[in-house]
Amino acid sequence: MSIFRFFSKQSSAPTARERLQVLLAHERASVGQSDLVAILREEILAVIAKHVQVDREKVSVKMDRGEHVTTLEVDIEIPMKAGVRAA
Amino acid sequence: MAKVVVVTSGKGGVGKTTSTAALGAALAQRNEKTVVVDFDVGLRNLDLVMGAERRVVYDIVNVIQGDAKLPQALIRDKRLETLFLLPASQTRDKDALTPEGVERVMDELKKHFDWIICDSPAGIERGATLAMRHADVAVIVTNPEVSSVRDSDRIIGLLDSKTERAERGDRVEKHLLLTRYDAARAERGDMLKVDDVLEILSIPLIGIVPESAEVLKASNLGAPVTLADSRSAPAIAYLDAARRLAGETLPITIPGEKRGLFGKIFGRRAA
Repeated sequence: MSIFRFFSKQSSAPTARERLQVLLAHERASVGQSDLVAILREEILAVIAKHVQVDREKVSVKMDRGEHVTTLEVDIEIPMKAGVRAA
Repeated sequence: MAKVVVVTSGKGGVGKTTSTAALGAALAQRNEKTVVVDFDVGLRNLDLVMGAERRVVYDIVNVIQGDAKLPQALIRDKRLETLFLLPASQTRDKDALTPEGVERVMDELKKHFDWIICDSPAGIERGATLAMRHADVAVIVTNPEVSSVRDSDRIIGLLDSKTERAERGDRVEKHLLLTRYDAARAERGDMLKVDDVLEILSIPLIGIVPESAEVLKASNLGAPVTLADSRSAPAIAYLDAARRLAGETLPITIPGEKRGLFGKIFGRRAA
């Protein structure tokens, strides 16, 4: 058994290291940012509401943290009628 | 100027109380007036590790609620006259700690001590956030193990957002204290290496405390590791960490990996 182990030489630390790196990259992106996204969402809604009437449910704000850049995706559905009012 | 240090980790059982006692004693051994404060209300243990469990009369909650004055609650160490303990209460729940009360106690301690070492409870609830609230410096105790590293990462996030310093746009100085390290297992690839943990958490290292029987022995006796046997490997690690905390620059050695002259002489008992 020990000889077998010696040849296969499976060390577990690199796996631990890799799992942690993936997990923490993900967790760091989500913790704290939920606050930021909520604040951004409210403020964006307020700015839009000044000009057009939108359904709160139809506004989606998403933040995606990549390795080098973070993107903020804002998706707002503006109804036809509201658009007319703004014009 | 008093320095407030929080010893924290998120995860339980990694060595916060052991490290608080050892670092507190090590700083006091340098002749600097030091108080160790237990924030683990309801589950206090710093008194036991310090060997002062039978001398507790009043505690931090008594002081906060005005039932006792701070000097009445402070316990002077029998071995070092520069070392004091402010115990937590054992019977009350954590809600007895109020932010205003803790602030008052900390302000008063700052007038009398060079070092205030706060022993944080595990978790990220009230006790833990109040323990870190007034910190200038944080010692993050981490074991080379996945759950401990993950929780330390979480605590680092809290130190950067929920402390008084963070709120006024300042930073808490953060240091990693790696405990229960086994150089041989790390070398075999069965334990995260120092560099792995450092790379993942990216905060500076203040010391590496080896896995050692001396730690349990010291707690059995009710003595901080640095006082129980100041030549043991964990004691040396803590004494060096305290020197770094005090601003000295010392090279970090990985215990059990390279042995200097000192290690050769005391090698057998240090291992």
